[in-house]
Formats: sequence, structure tokens, C-alpha cells
Amino acid sequence: MHGRPRKAPTQEEQEASSLKAVKLRELQSQLLNFHRNKIYTKEAVDISTKLLESNPEHYTGWNYRKLSVQNLLESALDSDSVQSILDEELRLVENALKQNFKSYGAWHHRKWILSKGHSSTDKELRLLGKFQKLDARNFHAWNYRRFITALKEIPDEKELQYTTDMIYDNFSNYSAWHNRSVLLSHLMEAREEGYSGKENVLGEEFEFVRSALFTDPDDQSGWFYHLWLLYQTLKREPLLITSWPSIGSNIQLSVNGYLDGQSLLPVLHFKSKARKYPIILCFNEAVEGVNSSTVTVECEYHAGDDLIWTPLSANKLDFAQAWLTYLNFPDEVNSLKPYSVKITVAHVPGITSLSGAPCSTTHTSFTVCVSLHDLKHAEVQTMERFSWKEENFRARATQPQDANLLHSLGNLKITMENKPIASDWSMDTISTEIAHCRELLSATNCKIGKLTLARLLMAHNTLISYSRPNDGAEIHYDEILALYRDLMKMDPKHLCYYEDEYSLALLKQLTSNTESLLKYSYEYQESTSPSMKSNLCLRLSGLSLSRLGSMECLLWVQMLDLSHNKLRSVEGLEALQLLSYLNLSNNKICSFTALEPIRMLKALQVLDVSYNEIGAHSVDTSRYLCSSPMNHAVGNDWNFEEFANGGIKLNDHWDAFLVFKDLNLIQLEILGNPVVNDQLKAFLFKIMPALKWLDGDNCN
Amino acid sequence: MDETASYPPIEPSNFDLIVIGTGLPESILASAASATGKTVLHLDPNPFYGTLYSSLPLTELTSFLQSQSQPLTPENDESTPQLLTLPLYSSIEINSLSSEPIENSRKFNLDLSGPRVLLCSDSMIDLILKTGINQYMEFKSVDASFVGDAEGNLGSVPDSRSAIFKDRSLSFTEKNQLMKLFKLVQGHIGKESGEDDLISEEDLESPFVEFLDKFGLSQKLKSIILYAIVMADHDQDNLENCKDVINTKSGIDRLALYHSSIGRFPNANGPMIYPIYGQGELPQAFCRRAAVKGCIYVLRMPIAALLMDKDGLTYKGVKLVSGQELFSNQLILAPCFMIPSRLTPAAQVANSYDVGRRDAKEMVARGICIAKSSVKPEAANCLVFFPPKSLYPEQETTVRVLQLSSNVAAGPSGMFVTYLSAMCKNAVEGKKLLDAAISALFSLPICGNSENNGIDKLSEHTDSKPILLWSALYIQELTMFQDSFNSISFTPLPDEHLHYNNILDATEKLYQKIYPNEEFLTQTNLSDESVDDDSSELD
Repeated sequence: MHGRPRKAPTQEEQEASSLKAVKLRELQSQLLNFHRNKIYTKEAVDISTKLLESNPEHYTGWNYRKLSVQNLLESALDSDSVQSILDEELRLVENALKQNFKSYGAWHHRKWILSKGHSSTDKELRLLGKFQKLDARNFHAWNYRRFITALKEIPDEKELQYTTDMIYDNFSNYSAWHNRSVLLSHLMEAREEGYSGKENVLGEEFEFVRSALFTDPDDQSGWFYHLWLLYQTLKREPLLITSWPSIGSNIQLSVNGYLDGQSLLPVLHFKSKARKYPIILCFNEAVEGVNSSTVTVECEYHAGDDLIWTPLSANKLDFAQAWLTYLNFPDEVNSLKPYSVKITVAHVPGITSLSGAPCSTTHTSFTVCVSLHDLKHAEVQTMERFSWKEENFRARATQPQDANLLHSLGNLKITMENKPIASDWSMDTISTEIAHCRELLSATNCKIGKLTLARLLMAHNTLISYSRPNDGAEIHYDEILALYRDLMKMDPKHLCYYEDEYSLALLKQLTSNTESLLKYSYEYQESTSPSMKSNLCLRLSGLSLSRLGSMECLLWVQMLDLSHNKLRSVEGLEALQLLSYLNLSNNKICSFTALEPIRMLKALQVLDVSYNEIGAHSVDTSRYLCSSPMNHAVGNDWNFEEFANGGIKLNDHWDAFLVFKDLNLIQLEILGNPVVNDQLKAFLFKIMPALKWLDGDNCN
Repeated sequence: MDETASYPPIEPSNFDLIVIGTGLPESILASAASATGKTVLHLDPNPFYGTLYSSLPLTELTSFLQSQSQPLTPENDESTPQLLTLPLYSSIEINSLSSEPIENSRKFNLDLSGPRVLLCSDSMIDLILKTGINQYMEFKSVDASFVGDAEGNLGSVPDSRSAIFKDRSLSFTEKNQLMKLFKLVQGHIGKESGEDDLISEEDLESPFVEFLDKFGLSQKLKSIILYAIVMADHDQDNLENCKDVINTKSGIDRLALYHSSIGRFPNANGPMIYPIYGQGELPQAFCRRAAVKGCIYVLRMPIAALLMDKDGLTYKGVKLVSGQELFSNQLILAPCFMIPSRLTPAAQVANSYDVGRRDAKEMVARGICIAKSSVKPEAANCLVFFPPKSLYPEQETTVRVLQLSSNVAAGPSGMFVTYLSAMCKNAVEGKKLLDAAISALFSLPICGNSENNGIDKLSEHTDSKPILLWSALYIQELTMFQDSFNSISFTPLPDEHLHYNNILDATEKLYQKIYPNEEFLTQTNLSDESVDDDSSELD
């Protein structure tokens, strides 16, 4: 059934098939006629039998069949006639399946008949036995098998044995491995006898699949199961991992940007004319249900009940890894002494992951004070054009007090009181699997083995970061990166995937400790413009990044240089709510919709997306990842008329509109993209009234 | 004499070919000759088909062994030369520890030249399918193969992808290496001509054991491949003294044959099958085919004498004990017959002697054991290989064991028949090999127990090995003493192998020597029974 190349049809075959098509067309038009006129006579039903037996893919045919069965059953006098009506349907499906074993419609019809509850499930099992002997991997049959075994209430354990037998017979069977994972999930969930200990069950399964992996490392079916086992091993409740302001930090707020003099304590500064500051909570995976009842914010000046939490996610609707709310500055009268804010993520069902696991209780807290100098200084707001020129940046790694500062910035991980301890078992299991994987790779050069090793090492690092952050124990980033570089060469077909995984690993490495982050930290100081305060800039340029990750460690970043990478998407950036300066020039962003995460960066003032590929591709391949005007989730608040009246053809630039309309950009670089023309520039000026600089042109 | 005298005379009395003995090679030759339109008379002095390849009830087996163990000296020195019996079997040792097998004698079908099985892709199966004789036979698959040691521990033979996956005794690395080797072999065999060789020419000529070493296989895996899959007889690790060093090419060919045998028939589990009612069914099936093509069959018909031409050297025909004289152009004799030496022209004999083979006299020790339980509880029909040095340090050759159950009608229900064989240089060595294997597999009833009261209690003995009820050990010659001359030919002896391939090759060669211009068993067109449908014959 598998791996048989298709042959070009011969002349005779072509003639035969066109003859068949004529016949089928005739039958089909008859059937549609009966269907339309609700004719369910024996003659009409026979026509549908003929049609479905030779073309089981005819969906309308199956629907007609269901209606006719319904019709016949209404007039059926006794259980015998009901039985014979249903038996006839089963016979039809059997014949149809002989014609095409993979017809969804036929299998569905059979399920429908069986669900009427008059037919023998034993017979179905025998039939399945035959089918599955002919084609052990057919997922339709496996699917139907799950349906029948549920009807027949066959214990999962017995079915598990069936998958074992099938796998023993031939372990290249994705369907059998898959069913095994389904059954084991049930058994472990129900804590059936012998399946309550996840450790034992998964341990045995790892051993079982290992035999397959070693016997034939090139067969991928076992590796897929192995991946499932890996997920089960790592599976845990969602966690709050970082926040901004970070745990234990001191934050000084100001309205106009003038900050207090040198403080001995590491202090975060935040200015906002709107007199409010953001609070960002970052979880280890996307969660839902973050709101004022599941998260309590305790501080002297806020009741905290009325806070509105917004998910920071471009496309997962109510799920997001990062959540945002705003707190107001305290009244000036009360602002003289620092006060503390304590946030508790409660362990009540409410915050759950995509898989439904509830989040455990975690706290984070920080202190806040307001800058005394705020009132004394007048506002200076003659914004000069910002430049990413090399000479404006100064490496900061050499300055020891910066290490101190960065430490308070970077040491964000919430690991103190609710230290999420990775179980020894997970750690041991991953270590064992790493050892076996290395052993296998020493004998066999196999790409999926390498990929698995990279995943295992990554998982190992994650577990270490949970339990023992910053203690430098066996961190494998260099090995992971080398594996992905290797894979890119070995398997260029999946280059993009490997590049993405490489990027994630690299970012994880860069953000894993303060020292490495320092290497990428620079001070921005524009010599010609004294009005610009010095600023800390994270420069992750020229690293071949194709995707972003580890953003939870960069919540504090206000100035970010990602230029000269291979970024195709900027997903994840939406969590960086403090970001004011962003350089994305010289990447591979090929549409405005790929920039959608930026829409959520309310603090963003300066953006450089020059020299990307926006407009270079006629088909926007990233669109399926992002929302569009057709998506009901966005765009409800658009005022189309306003723009139509302004003489702007919105339909030419709806995607640019979507990204930029809510931004308060002062400066934008967009040159070097095929999409750029005067019309677009005019459009951008129009939708962003605050924009002062566009590609170096002053709007005035 | 009374019995034979009652035979009606055979009509006609002139044939193209007379065949004496109904062993497998004789039956194939009779079948092949009659298929090309030759007139053939097929005679056997015994009351059963099969001669040296027959499957017999227990008591018949012992008496046949005895009858073939001493030369039949001519009763009188007549002018017409008598056909002598060659003493093929020696050192016959029957050990009856329980009366039960003998009481059920007729329920046994004991192979004379066991152990022997068919590999699903070997040339014998091809011939069976080609000639359509599968319609006369039924087969069952051999459930499993094992490699044994002196303690009787039987380790499985991971011979396929799924067997490697299942095997719990292999390390993960071993699984990887073994499957890699299998894949390499499949790739090598399946490669298109013109593609680069996966295995170098130099490697192909080198000893297989060196190739396996190069592959990094563990001793255990090497042993499994060499003795249980490639089925080497002699110790391959001892290249200097080894009599049959298997080179990589033939090792790979045999591995490939083994692999292609797995799954050839959907209802056969492993690579090997065995005919129900014993291997004696095989010659019988060929005889039936010959009979369909017009061959005349007469059993229980001893030959009184050979009829020679006036010169006393040229064959003319045979004289039956019934007194009738029959003539033919050609005579084929089973190898258990002997012609008085004065008839065989010395010069001819010398020329055709395979000198090497004659010098090193070789024998095969065969054994048959009967027990009431299986050597491996989960397998009814199985093979066990004891590689060289596995039983004792000086063991030079592999001992091969085939256990069969009542589901192939080897014996009555509840009894297991086990065949053993090993190459040996002399009877002492042969017996030692078989005895070692038997004591590894079976436990003997404690001495002093009389037959009738001890056995049943012993079966509950803590030792889980099956208790031996009956055994027969004998040494069979492998060296052909006779060669064809003028119109008289001898068929090959049952050899030491587990398969029929060499016997079949020799038979085909013999046929082509006798009938150089005739085809050897062409495809039979069965009108309604498709040859491809052989699987239906396999249980």
C-alpha cells in the first residue's frame, strides 16, 4: 500500500476511465435528481448503490443514503426489517471500501450505521482484523477501530496489547504508535491499575521504542513516538517565569524622563507622560484566564480589582505567553517614599495552558518610587533623527557597575519561593535518552537522531534552568547549535525549520546569564545631540536569527537592534512593552502582516524596517499566521469612511494600515523594500500624524 | 519369494530408463524423464516410497537402519552379477527409555535423513512450484530458530527486522549493527547493474567471518549469522583448519536467500517450512507426478541381478526376483546399492573420482529423539543450532537440531520428535557431538528406574528440560563409493545440509549427463490450480 510509484496510465486505461466517467456522470445526475426531489424508492436507492460502489468519494451520495435510510427506518415495521436495512448499508460500505480503502465518506457512513446500535461490533472487529492485515498502517481503519472499541467498551489495556502486537509485526507503523500514545494517555489519566505512575509507564515506553530506533534509525515512525514521550516527560503545569518590573527590583518612575542622580542601589527607570506603568507577566507557555480575579495585585494605592489584563499575542486569541496591565503612578503627595507591589498568580483553576493544566501559585514583587526631580525640569522635546550608526554605540561589558545594573535587569527569573523544581525523574530520563541518542549517533549518521539529540539537550537545559538557574551545570548550547548547523547541511529541505530552532537555541544561550547578555549590551550616546539621554541598547545583530525567542528574559529592553539577521517573523516581540527603539533592517521580512506583533508595542517611537523584502513576493506566505481584515478579531473599530474621505485608497495598503495605525511612531525607515513608493509614504504620513521622520525626510 | 512371485509380469519389458530406489533424486529423475516422454520403470525393493529420504514408523525406521548397515553378500556366485547393498549406516545405537514411543510406532513419521527443512525461496521450493507437486503436499512453517549452548540455554535468532526489534537479549548497539548488516546485504543484492558495489570485490572474496569482524559485530552476533543463518558447518574462526571457509560472497548470498524466504508466503511465519507427514512426502509427490506422466511404479520388488551384455561389461537390463527380465537403455540406482567391483572398469572409476572428497572421509552423525515436551515451550516446530565450541571446547562442527510436533504429524499428539545432525570425521566424534547436544536439550530418566514406573514422576522433575523417551543415533556415510559408468548412474546421498539445494543441483547435473538434450522439469501448466496459489497449501 505504501511506496508504490504511480504509473502513467496506458491508452486503454485512459479510455476505460473516460468511459467510466461517462457512466458515473449519468448515475450522478440521476442521484442528484432523486436527492433534490426526495425520492427514496427502491429503484432510486439502487442507483445510489451503483454510484457509491464505483465512486465512494461521492459525498452527496452518502448524504442521500443517510436520508433514505432514515426514511426507510421510519416505515420499518419490526426489528428484523430495521436490521436488514442497516445490513444492506454495511454491505454497501464494505463494497465501497473494497473500491477505495481510504474513502472518508464510506468510513463515516459506517460509523453512522453502527451508531444506530443495531449491528454486531464483533463482526466489525473481524472485518477490521482483515483490513488491518492488508494494510496495517491505514489510519482510517485505526480511527474506526477506536470508534468500535469505544462502542464495544474494550478495555484500553487490551487495545494497547493490540498495538504492541502490530508494532512487533512491523514497527514502521505511525498509526499503531499513535494509537499507543492515545491509549496510554487515557490509561495514565484514568490512573488505571499499573498505569498510575507516569515514571514507570514512560520509562518502559522509552525502552520499547528505543529498540525500534536502534534497529532502524532511518524509520521515522518510532522517532515520532519518542517525541511524544519526550513531551510527556517534560509536561508540567504552566508557570509564571518572569515579570516586569522584575522580582525584587526597585523602580523609579518619572513623567518627563529626567531621572534621579546616581543611586547606589540598582534602579530601573521608567517614564511615562500618561502617568501609568505597565506590568507584564510571562509564563513558560501560552495560558488563558489571566484577569483580576486570578491575579491579585497588592499595593498601598491600588485596589487592584479593576485591572484589565490583555494577552500579548498576535494570533492565539485568548491564549498568550505574556500578559499586560497598567498601574497608575501614585499620587504625588504619596510618592515620596517607596512602596511595594506584590503580585500573586493564584493556584485556582482559572489560569490554564492550552492542554488545560492549571497554573500553580507564584508571587512576584517590586518596589516603586516616583522621581523627585520630575517637577523641577521643563520638558525638552525637540526630537532629532535617531541614528543606528555604529559610532553611536559603546560596548558596556567593561564597566563593572553595568554588570550590577544588568544583573538587576536580567535576573528576572522567578525562582525564589515557588522554585519550580524539575523532578529528578524527568532529569534522569532526559539524561538517559541523551546518552542513548549519542550512542546511536556514534554508529549511525541519522538526521532525525541528531534532531532528537538537539531537542533532548534543549529540554535538559530548560530543566536545569528551572531547578538550578545560573549554576553553570552542564549547559549544552554549543552542541545544540553545532547539531543544527549540521542538520542544515545534511537536510537542506528543512532548512527553515533548522534555522528557526537554531535561532531559539542561540537566543536561549545569549539570555541564559548576565555575562553573555552583557556582551551584547551597548550604550547609546549620540555625540551631536546632547538632549538624548544615554540609553542601554541590546544589539543582537548579525546572528543569523530567523525567529525570535526567550523574550521573557528581555522584558526590560527599550532599545533593540536586530538588524542583519534572517528574520522572517517577529513573533514574540509583542512582549517587549518597554521597547521604544527597534531596528529590524536587513532581514527577510516579506510583508507588513509579518510585522503584526509590533502593533502591540505602544511605546515604540523609532522603527527601522529598511532593506527587507516587503512587497517582494506577490503571495504573502506569512498571512496564514497572522490575522487579516477578514478575521473578525481585528478591525472592528476601523473607521473606513474617515480614510475614504481623505482620498486614500485603503485597499492598496490595508496591511500597512493594520500594522501602523495604532502606533505612535516618530521615526520610520522603510526604504529598500520593493513595496515603497511615494503613494505609500503619503499614506503612512497620513495614518501616523505623529511621524516626523520617514526615511530621513522630515515631514515638515 | 512367495509374495513377489505373485506379481503379474510388468508390461512392456523394454524401457528408456529403469530407476531403482524411490529416494528424492531418483523420484525427481523419474519425473523429469517421464515428463519428456521417456518410458520409465521405477522400482523399489522396499514396501514404502523414499528409500534414503523416507519418513517411516518407528519400528520400520529401526529395521531399515539395521538392514542398510551391513553388506548383503551374494548368496552364490552366479554368472549374473547381483545388486549389493552398501552399508551406509554404522554405529547404530537405539536407546529405548520408555515403551510409549514403540507402542505408538505407527503414529510416527520419522525422517531417515533429518534434520531437513525447506527455505521458502530456495531452489527446491521453486521446483515444487514449477512442477505443481505442491498440490500433493501441505507445509507448516518452522516457528523459530535458536542458538544453544552446553547448558541448554536457547537464545533466539534475530533474523529479521521485527525479530531484531523484539529480541530482548540484544543490546541496542547490537540491534543497530545487525540491522545495518541486513540492510547492506539487501542493498547489495537489490542494486541495479551498473550501480556502485556496496561491498568491494576484495571483500567479497575474503572470508565472511573477516567481513563480519570488519563490521564490528559482537562474537554472539557473528555466531548467530554464521551458524544459524548462513549455516556454516565448520568453525569459521579457525580459518586454517576450517574445511569450508565461507567467503563473503557466498555468505551474503545465503543471507539474502534466507531473507527473501521470510514473507514469501503470507501464511508462513518464518523463512522455513516443513512438509506435513515428513520429508518422505517429497519423493512421493515427485513419483505421483512421474506416474501421471506415464512412469510405471512397482514397490516391494527386489532386483535379483543385473543383465549385462555378452562382453560382461555393458548394461542391458535387470532381472527381478520374480524372475522377469526387463531391459532399458539407462539404469539409475539409489546410492545404497552397489555393483560388484568386477563390473566397474577401474580406469573409469579412477578418472571420475573426486579425489579430495575421497581422501578426507566424511560422515554425518544423525540422531532422532522423542520426548513428551518441547525443548522450547513456546515453539512447537523449531530449529536449534549449536555452533562450534558451544557444547565443548573441541567441538569442530555445528550440531543442527530440528524439533517437530504432532502438528506436522511427526508423531502422536503430545510427543515431540527431534532430529539432530553434525559433520564428523569418525563415529566416536559424531556420537560425542550428538550426545553433548542431547544432554544440553534433554534430561535422561534417572538410572535404575524401570521404564514403566519412573517416567511419569520424572516429568514433574524440577528440571524443565524434556525427558528423553527414545533415541536413535547413527552415522551415515557422505562419501560416494560409486560413480556412473557407461549406462549405469548413481544418485547423490542425503548430504549434511539442512536444505535440499545441493542434492537438487547434483540431481539436475546427473539428469543433464544422461539426457544432455532434454529439459529438466519444465513448467507445468495446471489448468485450474494456479501455481502462485501455493500459499493455500501452506498452513
